[in-house]
Order: sequence, then C-alpha cells, then structure tokens
Amino acid sequence: GFGARLNAFFAQFRSVDEDFFDELEDLLIESDVGFETSEELIDQLKDEAKLQNAKSHDELKKLIVQKLVEIYDQNGDAAAEKLTYNEGKTNVYLFVGVNGAGKTTTIGKLAQRFKQEGKKVVLVAADTFRAGAVEQLKEWGKRTETEVVTGPVQADPASVVYDGVKHGLEEDADYVLVDTAGRLQNKQNLMKELEKIERTIKKLVPDQPCETLLVLDGSTGQNALLQAKDFDKTTKLTGLVLTKLDGSSKGGVILAIRNEMKLPVKLVGLGEKAEDLADFDAASYAVGLFHGIV
Amino acid sequence: MAFENLSERIQKALKNLTGKGKVSEADINAASREIRLALLEADVNFKVVKDFIKKIKERALGQEVQGSLTPGQQIIKIVNDELTKMMGEEAAKLNKAPHIPTIIMMVGLQGTGKTTTVGKLAKYLMDTEKARPLLIAGDIYRPAAIDQLKQIGDQLSVPVFSEDEKDVAKIVADGLAQAKEAKNDYVLIDTAGRLEIDEALMEELERVKAVAKPDNIVLVVDAMTGQVGAQVAETFDKRLDVTGVILTKLDGDTRGGAALSIRAVTGKPILFTGQGEKLSELEGFYPDRMASRILGMGDVLTLIEKA
Ligand SMILES: Nc1nc2c(ncn2[C@@H]2O[C@H](COP(=O)(O)OP(=O)(O)OP(=O)(O)O)[C@@H](O)[C@H]2O)c(=O)[nH]1
Ligand SMILES: Nc1nc2c(ncn2[C@@H]2O[C@H](COP(=O)(O)OP(=O)(O)OP(=O)(O)O)[C@@H](O)[C@H]2O)c(=O)[nH]1
Ligand SMILES: [Mg+2]
Ligand SMILES: [Mg+2]
Repeated sequence: GFGARLNAFFAQFRSVDEDFFDELEDLLIESDVGFETSEELIDQLKDEAKLQNAKSHDELKKLIVQKLVEIYDQNGDAAAEKLTYNEGKTNVYLFVGVNGAGKTTTIGKLAQRFKQEGKKVVLVAADTFRAGAVEQLKEWGKRTETEVVTGPVQADPASVVYDGVKHGLEEDADYVLVDTAGRLQNKQNLMKELEKIERTIKKLVPDQPCETLLVLDGSTGQNALLQAKDFDKTTKLTGLVLTKLDGSSKGGVILAIRNEMKLPVKLVGLGEKAEDLADFDAASYAVGLFHGIV
Repeated sequence: MAFENLSERIQKALKNLTGKGKVSEADINAASREIRLALLEADVNFKVVKDFIKKIKERALGQEVQGSLTPGQQIIKIVNDELTKMMGEEAAKLNKAPHIPTIIMMVGLQGTGKTTTVGKLAKYLMDTEKARPLLIAGDIYRPAAIDQLKQIGDQLSVPVFSEDEKDVAKIVADGLAQAKEAKNDYVLIDTAGRLEIDEALMEELERVKAVAKPDNIVLVVDAMTGQVGAQVAETFDKRLDVTGVILTKLDGDTRGGAALSIRAVTGKPILFTGQGEKLSELEGFYPDRMASRILGMGDVLTLIEKA
C-alpha cells in the first residue's frame, strides 16, 4: 500500500538532507506540478521541516502531506469548494474545456449521481460540431434515464442551449447540464461562441449558470495553466474537474492553478463508467501525489 | 507566450561570465539551469531532461566559440542542433504492404484523437494516392464511438465496417475479410482509448495485432500531454512495437515537450501532426520547427543561424 511505499522512499535517506529534497522536487515535477511551483513548495517544506525540527521520516511524512493540504486550503474558501445547489431552483451547470478532456463523460456521470439523489436532470447537447457528439450524450441519457435536449445537425450551439435551458425551466428541473464542444483556448472564434452560450443562459436566468466547470485531462502538462486562465477570461469559472486520474497521471498542475488563480477542483474522474466520479479531497490528493515513488 | 525566451535567459545567466574563446564549465553550469527550466516548462519528461543536459554538457565543453557568437549563443546553438537531431527525420513515411491492403492500426490513451485521425489519414491517402480505404470500428466501449466513425466515413464517402460483437479481434478479422473481397488498398483500424496500465485492454490490442498483422501501429499522442507522456509511449511501444507516432492538437499553444520525451524513449518517428479538428488538418512533422517550439523561441534561432 501507500504507507509501505512511502516508508521505502523515506528509508533511502538516512537524514533529511539536500538529496532528500532534490528527490522530492523531482517527484513533484514528475507529477506535473511544474518547476516553479515545485521549487516554491520545496522551499516551504524545507523551512517547515527546520521550524518543526522534523528529523524522523515519520514526522516528515506527516508534515509534507499536511503542508500540501494547507497550501491547497489557504488558497481557497472551503465553502465554495462544493458543487452549488440551490434548492427549488433550476441549477444550470456549464461544462467547458479543450478537446477530449472528458466533458461529455463527466456530464453522464453527474447525471447518474443526481438521478440517484432523486433529482430531475436535463442534459443539453450543445456540441453540434464534433462527429457523434450528440449521439454520445444521448447514449449517456439512455444509460442514466435522463432527458437530452438536442438541436439539428450543425445548429448554432447557443440556440440549442436556449432551447435546453428553457425546457429545463418549464419542466422545473433541478439541474440542467450543458455539454459544449471541445475547443482549444487560443481559438478566438470558438471562445466567442462560448461567450455567446453563457450570455444565452444569463438572458433566460440572470443568476445562472451557477457552475461553470473547466474539465481538465489529468495527463495534461503545463498547458493546463493557460487553459484555466483563458477559459476563466471567457466564461468566469467556478471550479475544475480533473479527469482520468485512474491512470498514471497525478494532475499536479492543479496546484499551480490553485496557487495562481484560487480555483478549486470540485470533481475527479476515475474511469469511464457512470460511477467513476468522486468529490475532490485535498488530503487524499496530497497522499496520491506520492503514489508510486519507489 | 508566457515564457521568457530561453536565449535571453541564458544570456542573463551568463552575463557575469566574461570568458571567450572556449565554452567553459562555468558557462555550461550557468546555462544548464535555464535549459532545464525551459524544457520542464515545455513538459519534457524530467528524466529525459537530465540525460539531455548531460549530453549538451559533454558536447559543449571546451568547444571553440564560433565567429560572432557569445558562449551563451554557442550553447543555444548546440542545444537547438541536438534537439533537432533527436526529433528525427522529416520524411518518415507510413509503411506500405507489398500486397494490398496496407493495414494501419491506431492506439493511444482516451481522447487523444485516434478516431479523428483515422478520418484524417484516410483523407490524406485518398488525396495523395487515390486510395480506396476501409475503416474498421474497433472501439466497442465508448458511447457512440461507432456513430462517430460512421459519420466521419460519410463525410469522406468511405465505407466503415462495424459489427455487433464483443470480441474486437473478431470484428477486425471480419473487417479484413471484407476489405480483401472489396479489394480495398488501405484498412484503418480505430481502437478504443485505453490507459497503458489497463492490462485487459492492452491484451486486447495484442490480440488485434496478432489477427491483423498491421503494417503500421500508430501511437496517437495529445501534444498537451505532461510528464506521463514518456511512460505511456514506452509502455505502448514495449507491448505493441509501434511503428510511428502522430502528435495531435498542435494547433493549440502548448509547447509540446512530449514530442521529445517520446522520441527519446521509443526512438520511433513522428509521422504526422494534427493541426485542427477538420479532417483536412493533418500536416507533416518538421523537426526544426518542433525544436524551436519546445525551446520557446523562433526568431532568435534564425539570428544565430546567420552568425
Ligand atoms: N480512464 C478515464 N477515461 C475517461 C475519464 N473521463 C473521460 N474519459 C474518456 O476520455 C475520452 C474523452 O471523453 P469525452 O467525455 O468524450 O471528452 P470531451 O471533453 O467531451 O471530448 P470532446 O467533446 O471531443 O471535446 C472518452 O474515451 C472517455 O471515456 C476518466 O476519468 N478516466
Ligand atoms: N484542435 C484539435 N482537435 C483535435 C485534433 N485531433 C482531434 N481533435 C479533437 O479531439 C477530440 C477527441 O478526438 P477523438 O478522435 O474522438 O479522440 P479518440 O482518441 O478517438 O478518443 P477515444 O476514442 O475516446 O479514446 C475531438 O474533439 C476531436 O475533434 C487536432 O489535431 N486539433
Ligand atoms: Mg464531448
Ligand atoms: Mg475514438
């Protein structure tokens, strides 16, 4: 298990010296935390270790995990970390992100979760561009017994969003989950399209979407930081979904995003099935960062 | 771009060193932190970075500084030369079978662009060789994966073989039989995205390979991939002996360091690059462009090349 591996890692070092922190820095870099953030973290850990006079490996282990959680926590407001739900209202969630990140799959998983909570959910297939995108969301609708609003092929996505949100309101749905086409953040015309989608929602319900979630592929490197910045500029983000964490990736770049933008991770994707979705937990994430180090 | 130019950074790091004539150890040490940083920011795997810097050190140490270059510029030139060399040949081609059909099988992680790239390759082969390809829908897991490939086939007026069947190797065998009958000259096999650590699904690919005996096994890699790129490429290559790589989503603003990692760990050529979502947006691979992209510098290099 994790404990044994961590012990083995710490056993390599007779004392907590430069070598130890060098290895730890490599570990963070290998997890995509990024060079700058890793250096910053290591410096803080060094100070903390000195301050607390931590010499034994056990002490240090705890300290590192604690410190990572602390670094994560102090950058955010714990109350805003949970998915928003306004009772008695139609809660609109907008999903955005680059191509293939896992938007559609995450919507399918969330639909499953909300249905199991007994909520009424409407899915909106606003990816009218990619081949098979509408059929993919429809299939998720079938699996989770959720209604899917679709438009004609190649329709203006904003018009599908209009119809979908309107339908959700008329039906008194608890949730409307809006799927959008994948787009790279440097494509201005596609980012404009996203702006229009958000405007369309706001026109119908001024205080929605209550969640605009950027879906990030956990295996993405430092480009994720640019993604977060540019999508946030276009449609103010409320949080991140980190997908594909069932693989070898650690998604360490979320620490850099957290550091710079205070954006919380709200959900993690752990597989391709409907139930492979979990709430983000900073402590188990910090522990997971050390996974597989020996 | 958010990154400071590597060349400027190296100049800055070297500014207190006045040595001329030969590149000194002090020069290299001052520069190597900057090189390391630039490569890591570009998502080159950290182990690959270590090896690369060692190589640069060996090559640069004691070299005469050429013409009007400063030691810093000299080091940059070596870095760029070495990186370009590692990126491999420009003209790497798809393997062609002595008898039709030539079989191309796509593999890779989830969402990298396999299905789209099947369409792009089919279009490319039709445009350049008047090919008559058949596409085989070998992804039976992802919702609507078959619909996606069928729509792509429709756009190109290319037949798509699919079957309601749980054994992917059998689907592929049946598809190949149809291709033989219809005398298709190319067969492109789409497969489901999978994690390299997913034993059952990796075995499935081995079975498909055994049945299809593909001339090309193409690993499709997302250019935005981070540190894990090296391990993913290494594992897919070990299991399947891939013949080449296609790097997708290069139309974004990622530096694409995964390209270097993949080359370093597998030695397999990068055949094409994906430059957009449209089926026409497939381009060749240019090692020199990729090298300067990873280093985050374009214009500086042309200056140095002229010197
Ligand atoms: N292993 C794993 N695969 C995932 C996860 N989430 C999504 N996927 C897979 O990733 C691929 C892409 O997922 P999609 O949901 O289609 O991604 P998308 O962002 O909607 O893609 P586009 O609409 O094309 O931009 C699919 O094969 C999914 O099954 C996850 O948490 N783990
Ligand atoms: N911008 C851009 N998008 C691309 C490129 N290649 C593929 N895509 C997009 O990336 C997303 C995923 O592409 P797919 O072809 O479905 O990927 P896949 O590897 O087949 O995915 P799975 O079958 O789920 O593993 C889609 O939104 C594509 O349109 C590219 O070169 N540039
Ligand atoms: Mg989608
Ligand atoms: Mg596919």
